[in-house]
Amino acid sequence: MTDGLIAGYFREGAPIQDTKAPSGPIEQRWSTRRFDAHLVNPANRRKLSVIIVGTGLAGASAGATLGEAGYQVKSFCYQDSPRRAHSIAAQGGINAAKNYKEDGDSVFRLFYDTVKGGDYRSRESNVYRLAEVSARIIDQCVAQGVPFAREYGGLLDNRSFGGVQVSRTFYARGQTGQQLLIGAYQALERQIAAGTVEMFTRHEMLELIVVDGRARGIVVRDMVTGEIETHLADAVVLASGGYGNVFYLSTNAMGCNVTATWRAHRKGAYFGNPCYTQIHPTCIPVSGDHQSKLTLMSESLRNDGRIWVPKDSADKDKDPRLIPEEDRDYYLERIYPSFGNLVPRDIASRAAKYQCDAGKGVGPGGLGVYLDFADAIKRMGRAAVEAKYGNLFDMYAQITGEDPYETPMRIYPAVHYVMGGLWVDYDLESNIPGLFVAGEANFSDHGANRLGASALMQGLADGYFVLPNTIREYLSHGPYPQVAADAPAVVEAQTAVKERVRHFLSCNGTRTVDSFHKELGKIMWDYCGMERTEQGLTHAIEQIRALKKEFWSNLKVLGTGDGINQSLEKAGRVADLIELGELMCIDALHRRESCGGHFRAESQTEDGEALRHDDEFAYVAAWEWGGDDAPPILHKEDLVYEFVEMKQRSYK
Amino acid sequence: MKITLEIWRQAGPGTAGKMVTYTQDDVSPDMSFLEMLDVLNEQLQERGEEPVAFDSDCREGICGMCGLVINGQAHGPQVTTTCQLHMRSFKDGDRITIEPWRADAFPVLKDLVVDRSAFDRIIQAGGFISVNTGAAPEAHAAPVQKAKADRAFDAATCIGCGACVAACPNAAAMLFLGAKVTHLGELPQGQPERDARVVKMLTQHDHEGFGGCTNVGACADACPKEIPLDVISQLNTDLRRSMARGN
Ligand SMILES: Cc1cc2nc3c(=O)[nH]c(=O)nc-3n(C[C@H](O)[C@H](O)[C@H](O)COP(=O)(O)OP(=O)(O)OC[C@H]3O[C@@H](n4cnc5c(N)ncnc54)[C@H](O)[C@@H]3O)c2cc1C
Ligand code: SF4
Ligand code: FES
Repeated sequence: MTDGLIAGYFREGAPIQDTKAPSGPIEQRWSTRRFDAHLVNPANRRKLSVIIVGTGLAGASAGATLGEAGYQVKSFCYQDSPRRAHSIAAQGGINAAKNYKEDGDSVFRLFYDTVKGGDYRSRESNVYRLAEVSARIIDQCVAQGVPFAREYGGLLDNRSFGGVQVSRTFYARGQTGQQLLIGAYQALERQIAAGTVEMFTRHEMLELIVVDGRARGIVVRDMVTGEIETHLADAVVLASGGYGNVFYLSTNAMGCNVTATWRAHRKGAYFGNPCYTQIHPTCIPVSGDHQSKLTLMSESLRNDGRIWVPKDSADKDKDPRLIPEEDRDYYLERIYPSFGNLVPRDIASRAAKYQCDAGKGVGPGGLGVYLDFADAIKRMGRAAVEAKYGNLFDMYAQITGEDPYETPMRIYPAVHYVMGGLWVDYDLESNIPGLFVAGEANFSDHGANRLGASALMQGLADGYFVLPNTIREYLSHGPYPQVAADAPAVVEAQTAVKERVRHFLSCNGTRTVDSFHKELGKIMWDYCGMERTEQGLTHAIEQIRALKKEFWSNLKVLGTGDGINQSLEKAGRVADLIELGELMCIDALHRRESCGGHFRAESQTEDGEALRHDDEFAYVAAWEWGGDDAPPILHKEDLVYEFVEMKQRSYK
Repeated sequence: MKITLEIWRQAGPGTAGKMVTYTQDDVSPDMSFLEMLDVLNEQLQERGEEPVAFDSDCREGICGMCGLVINGQAHGPQVTTTCQLHMRSFKDGDRITIEPWRADAFPVLKDLVVDRSAFDRIIQAGGFISVNTGAAPEAHAAPVQKAKADRAFDAATCIGCGACVAACPNAAAMLFLGAKVTHLGELPQGQPERDARVVKMLTQHDHEGFGGCTNVGACADACPKEIPLDVISQLNTDLRRSMARGN
């Protein structure tokens, strides 16, 4: 250690704390906080403005709700319509503690499952609140016309997801995210018509404006005209989704990116647990070099499908239907008899990797395991399977050219979700006053691993119920002083954006943006993916630094900046993903324990399960941007468990 | 496979465009159609030519962002979205034409990218149920007949891609409209605004410059989500009923 530099990669700063969560009985904290938040008189709301970046479940629901309350909202998305945010792609379902099945579910159990599922790396107060508001989300969505699956009696149906033993997941066939988002989108459009929300589609946020220490606006590029615009407000909300695309191949949409949150990070917002990544066990395997994204097969399939590989690696190229029962290894059912195929995602993913590493993987390149519905079809009949999973089976057939009703699906893990994101307190406010962060973009509720069907719950909890209450407290102290269009902070942000655009267009190198993105993705997948080691991570950091250098000197972006230019858009995103990739590796390197989705090979139990070190690492790692030429600074927020006892997770 | 492509190139809104021919020598049948275009774009950039602009995001057939007219068919030869179309639907030596959606209400912005914001404005006109956050009753307060819930769901699976408009000789958006009217109209929660909704949405539809429906049915054939033609009958029924009640 020299000059305070730890392991050569970062410095440690002062510890931080969430100062907003009330203390006392956990079931009263949220009502206490809501009661303590000042009210804003309806007549004053019109004078208060909020910028919301993102129209996914979190952003659209927050926009609609704040609009209904009478605030002036400006909403932004990069797609051509708010309805296309990537929440649309969520398949499986949304959790809520309704206990409609009388199977022992409760707010406390959902809270407990989520804390345990997150491997004891999330905040109790936040998670309890999430469980508490979950039931109202379902009420709200049903009232909006979300067509959830129903039973013949007309009541709502439920199913189970990984990591739990109750049925609390509400769903709309395999299109739950779509239906929830359309509900939120319609509510948002209603406010647009009412004039409370102004919508900016095909606008990409490229910079945050911070004035006198407060978030006061953003700089965006109109992706159709190329114009660089400034938008100012009393508060800024980032609901810009996850950054799984740092791995190039992921189940995220092509445009998912980290730019909104990364620009805020560079302006001082702390980044929480960037290395916590969720690798989803059931995705369609890669088919070739041309691959642009990976497709998820919903976790709900694990309710009825059975996962296996041949016992003997010599059988891996055989027609699976010809492999007799006794030659198959249903390895999840064997190793985890009480949860079987429904173990949490991190465990299922790693187990698949180990089978493939042992040479038993099936399909091209040996990177696949079977997900077999033969038993389910025998038990329930083909029609019932079709009713439950029809669209997923069709999608699989479309992509692979194989019929999953006839032969087992082949699946392999893929990057799917990031638990990491901007650090926020109980109010969802970052350490920059007036900058709020909601949905997948924040780090808040899932600890080191998210349970299935909990991201939709969190997005809507944040947007419909949490943020509108907590931002009210901030806004009640406004309106904040008017910011002049030529204020130094505004000019600085504008200039920075223009300079970046100019650089990309005039760099005149030889490599395309995609080639850099692919290279970054490969580094991240190889060294910061399902299994991480000290050696691999240090190697990755060196590689990423070299890549960054080359990116800034050898990039080729054709065309101009004053119209649609998709390579230019990507260049900005990849530039930020590269910097994020480095921070993810540093975070993964510094966390010398395994927890949830973060698996350090050096820290495992005798039988290969993740081994936490609570004495050393029971904290949130909140990273401060150190500067372009200086290392990042780590601030630790200690995690305290008052209501749930920390245990090593066991799903056996 | 070897494929010849003829692609619509247009520099910007309101400028003249033309078809340009490209060849692709090494197309794998496992590629998606858009991945094939990605490969073309990489090659174009390496040659110093501007890549072809086209929209896509989820690439799993759900966001509705993609949409190309392929060999004269909206979303191409299969009943699916452009992003879910795979090259195994084509054969070695094929010539493929690629054009943007063509409709007055969907102006071309660049190459294959069009402006579909008219759809959002139709939803703004009435494609929602007016319920403020927090005002909802308990979800089980109103059971919904499964058959109705299922029909609502089927209609609600519309992804707002606009293929129905692109396929329609009149460039009408009736399938899109009918899908929303049916989705909300099948549910008890959608009843209070049902009469007004259909009139407002239809008025906006006409205002946007979409054409009228003459029962051709090309929309339903092109729809990647197989929204059935009977949602248009539902739309007409709702409209008649609404007018009879003086809306
Ligand atoms: C394939 C798939 C299936 C899933 N299935 C489930 C499931 O079954 N259950 C579950 O609970 N979770 C599921 N998830 C996770 C869940 O869908 C997401 O975590 C959640 O929807 C994220 O919502 P969000 O509102 O935070 O962000 P998103 O929906 O990703 O929205 C991000 C928004 O930000 C905008 N944006 C981003 N950057 C910028 C910028 N720079 N400028 C302007 N706008 C910007 C985008 O335009 C978009 O509107 C799934 C995820 C995937 C990928
Ligand atoms: S009705 Fe079908 S074709 Fe038309 S927008 Fe909806 S999904 Fe697309
Ligand atoms: S890219 Fe989303 S539907 Fe095709």
